[in-house]
Amino acid sequence: MMFAMVSFLVGFVFSLGLGWSGMTDPQKVLGFLDVAGSWDPSLMFVMAAAIPVYFMVWQFLKRRKRPIFDDKLHVPTRQDIDKKLVIGSAIFGVGWGVGGICPGPGIASLGAFSFGALVFVVMFFVGSKLEGVIYGD
Amino acid sequence: MNADWSNALCGGIVVGIAAGAFLLTYGRVLGVSGIASGVLNLRKGDALWRMLFLLGIVCGGAVGSRVWPENFSGLIASTDYVRLGVSGLIVGFGTKMGSGCTSGHGICGIGRLSVRGIVATLTFMLFAVLTVAVFGRWGAQ
Repeated sequence: MMFAMVSFLVGFVFSLGLGWSGMTDPQKVLGFLDVAGSWDPSLMFVMAAAIPVYFMVWQFLKRRKRPIFDDKLHVPTRQDIDKKLVIGSAIFGVGWGVGGICPGPGIASLGAFSFGALVFVVMFFVGSKLEGVIYGD
Repeated sequence: MNADWSNALCGGIVVGIAAGAFLLTYGRVLGVSGIASGVLNLRKGDALWRMLFLLGIVCGGAVGSRVWPENFSGLIASTDYVRLGVSGLIVGFGTKMGSGCTSGHGICGIGRLSVRGIVATLTFMLFAVLTVAVFGRWGAQ
């Protein structure tokens, strides 16, 4: 129950960060991706800020060995670069370039009563399901 | 420093704190696509936290769209449902196949210096840039 409540809080704060950053604005995202055109580099700061914060937490946690409320880590440990990782990521990139929305901002925009976001999120689940059917989860 | 840059920087710090908090408290990766797609294939005891996480994202959007309405108005105004639907379908398929999206690979993966996260992020960034270069800001309003 405690874990579920932390999940809610973490999702809430994460989503506030997305809204603040501008990642929820498809035109801004497409401007960021339009490197060959009129490039708007501002969204680079989202990753440039988030990654070092996360990196510091990770360094701290590695020394501490286990998380505060759990007895073990649940982070992925795979190191291999397989075809599914690369091809799947390439496909995701194409989808992101088409709409200018990634999953977090899409779901966050449901809270702003965006019908377009609802279309995006419903089709996201259809696409995810389709992959599961084809590749057998 | 202009407003777009400082907003991106502040938002990014908050995003990093939230993802870091999930890692620090429960040792979990904050990957939105993975947590969301897991709802389609629930195991026992797996439903509540996923649903509440997603509800948290939605509530954060509800509050965020009041505080920074200019960052949500574009998608609210967009009626290009074909583009959004096609995009959602491709993003859903690709993130499932590639085991992650911008949050899981781009922040949590790179933040742990994971080789898979770095390769995935470089790949989806490259293909997103190529897509925009080829199609332009297709359907832009």
